[in-house]
Amino acid sequence: MNAETVTAGDERPSASGTQTGDGDVILSVRDITVGFGSKIILKDLDLDVRRGEILGFVGGSGTGKSVLMRTILGLTPKRKGKIEVFGHDISAMSEKERLAVERRWGVLFQQGALFSSLTVKQNIQVPMREHLDLSPKLMDELATLKLELVGLPQDAADKFPSELSGGMIKRASLARALALDPDLVFLDEPTSGLDPIGAAAFDKLIANLSETLGLTVYMVTHDLDSLHSICDRIAVLGEKKVLVIGTIDEMMQNDHPWVVSYFRGERALRRVEG
Amino acid sequence: MAFLEKNTAPGCEVVTENGRQSVVLSGDWAVSTIGQAEQKVASLQFSKDKLTCIDASAIGNLDTSGAWVIHRLRGALEFSGRRVEIIGLDDKRKSLFAELEHHHPPRYKPEKQRISIVGFLEATGKRMVDVWHDALAMLHILGSLGTVLAMVLLQPRRLRSISVAVQFDRTCIGAVPIVALMSFLIGGIVSQQGGFYLRQFGVEIYVVDLAGVLVLREMGVILTAIMVAGRSGSAFTAEIGAMRMREEIDALHVIGLSVTEVLILPRILALMIALPILTFISDIASLFGSGLVAWSYLDIPPQAFITLLHQAITIQTLAVGLIKAPFMAMIVGLIACVEGLKVSGSTESLGKHTTMSVVKAIFLVIVVDGIFAIFFAAIGV
Repeated sequence: MNAETVTAGDERPSASGTQTGDGDVILSVRDITVGFGSKIILKDLDLDVRRGEILGFVGGSGTGKSVLMRTILGLTPKRKGKIEVFGHDISAMSEKERLAVERRWGVLFQQGALFSSLTVKQNIQVPMREHLDLSPKLMDELATLKLELVGLPQDAADKFPSELSGGMIKRASLARALALDPDLVFLDEPTSGLDPIGAAAFDKLIANLSETLGLTVYMVTHDLDSLHSICDRIAVLGEKKVLVIGTIDEMMQNDHPWVVSYFRGERALRRVEG
Repeated sequence: MAFLEKNTAPGCEVVTENGRQSVVLSGDWAVSTIGQAEQKVASLQFSKDKLTCIDASAIGNLDTSGAWVIHRLRGALEFSGRRVEIIGLDDKRKSLFAELEHHHPPRYKPEKQRISIVGFLEATGKRMVDVWHDALAMLHILGSLGTVLAMVLLQPRRLRSISVAVQFDRTCIGAVPIVALMSFLIGGIVSQQGGFYLRQFGVEIYVVDLAGVLVLREMGVILTAIMVAGRSGSAFTAEIGAMRMREEIDALHVIGLSVTEVLILPRILALMIALPILTFISDIASLFGSGLVAWSYLDIPPQAFITLLHQAITIQTLAVGLIKAPFMAMIVGLIACVEGLKVSGSTESLGKHTTMSVVKAIFLVIVVDGIFAIFFAAIGV
């Protein structure tokens, strides 16, 4: 992808600490309100994701982290607001443009969401088969390559999702998300349910892929280790909007009660000291 | 934006300079154009011993798939014993190629499906083994159902009456409108068709005998059983199958509950109570339908229809139909539960077993009806 300047929405004083400006903005969310029935989940939320960064997203259970991700992906309808991906307003797009955007992002769902009637290899090939015209040989090689990139052994290629362990499902799902070499990947709790060694390896993998492929990563996570080790910036969701956004050092300085108890609570500090 | 623009077509050509050849690459080597790139690479013409390097400096976009095709080209060239270098890479791309060095996909084997007589025989054999396993599974469930039933008789509190009531509500009360409507129409059709032919002999009043006997002895119970197999049998299979996929069945085992007692017995019991009731409703609706058609189409007034019906049928005719209902309910329920428990991890198997459940249930309902017909003929009913 060529580096390009993108107008990052209207420049407005950022009350919630959302920064616009420096860096090329790949995803910008403005004034998003989402609700179900009479319950408002997100209200006037602003967020910017810069090209090439790994953004960690945290927040208490039920604050709407997954809802925000699903809204950006177009799976949950929004009440108002504007979402721009790669500098284009998603809701104003034609069918063709939307398809082009969908080819440039990849999603790792919390439960993996692999197609259970296809093998792992076929799962990875689904986006290639549907969107591109490739020779079967190349498709096979690329699928195996992606499989190995995410750290799965080759013999996992012909297994069905029901035969895989939880960690392998996450990896296979990431391989499918990476099938078309996307610019932007959404990861919903990628390390939850993995053992610490597996989680650390997964973190390293994401950092590595982000480095070599120039990926932008939007990661919903509760793993303090991932937040400390690989996230360039961290956004905290609370009170129906982005409370604070910044580097891990800024989080440690922040004095919002929730942020304090999350990043400097007993559990977090034990980890830092240990 | 770049993603909406037309991609530059990938190019590769052989340049000869001072007796040395190099492959110069240009354009985008990204996943959206990689099909073309692969073809161009395949049609490249060069002399093997002069080629020394691949010049990648003019490449626009490059991603893993593009890098893979270039890596593969280099691999193919180096296989002939000559060192080939890729030049013109920045650090990021170098690390991408360094990553690719570690990967060696297995040799590509296209999948072939042969049609052969051996394969056909093998498939048939497997089917027969499956049929045998099916029969065993049904006997297994029947056996455990018997055990649970015996326990329930000894300790009536173990019967999950609320569960039975809920299932009864779903399988019986919910099915009344559709069963009644279907039977009403069938009764009317039997009456109309029968009347049309019997009228040619001037004996259209025998329509009452025809409809009465046919509906009460056979049609009512068979059609209701088929409807219930489609309606409730498929629901049982899907419910139990989904529970199996989500490990809920395993959870029941671990908590120490018997699947037969918690899931299967309430369903089959509810179905065995529901089907005779539905059959009776179906009988009444059919007779009502056929009476209406007899009145409007054959000019047999309702009073005459009822009088003739009294002569044509006895309470035994009705009983012959109703006695079959619990057996058919048991077959539909057993098959539905067996198929549900056979569901494995994938959604495809859930769909397959739901289909199989309905198909097998309908088939066996008809087989059982045939066996009953032979039995009744033998005892002279």
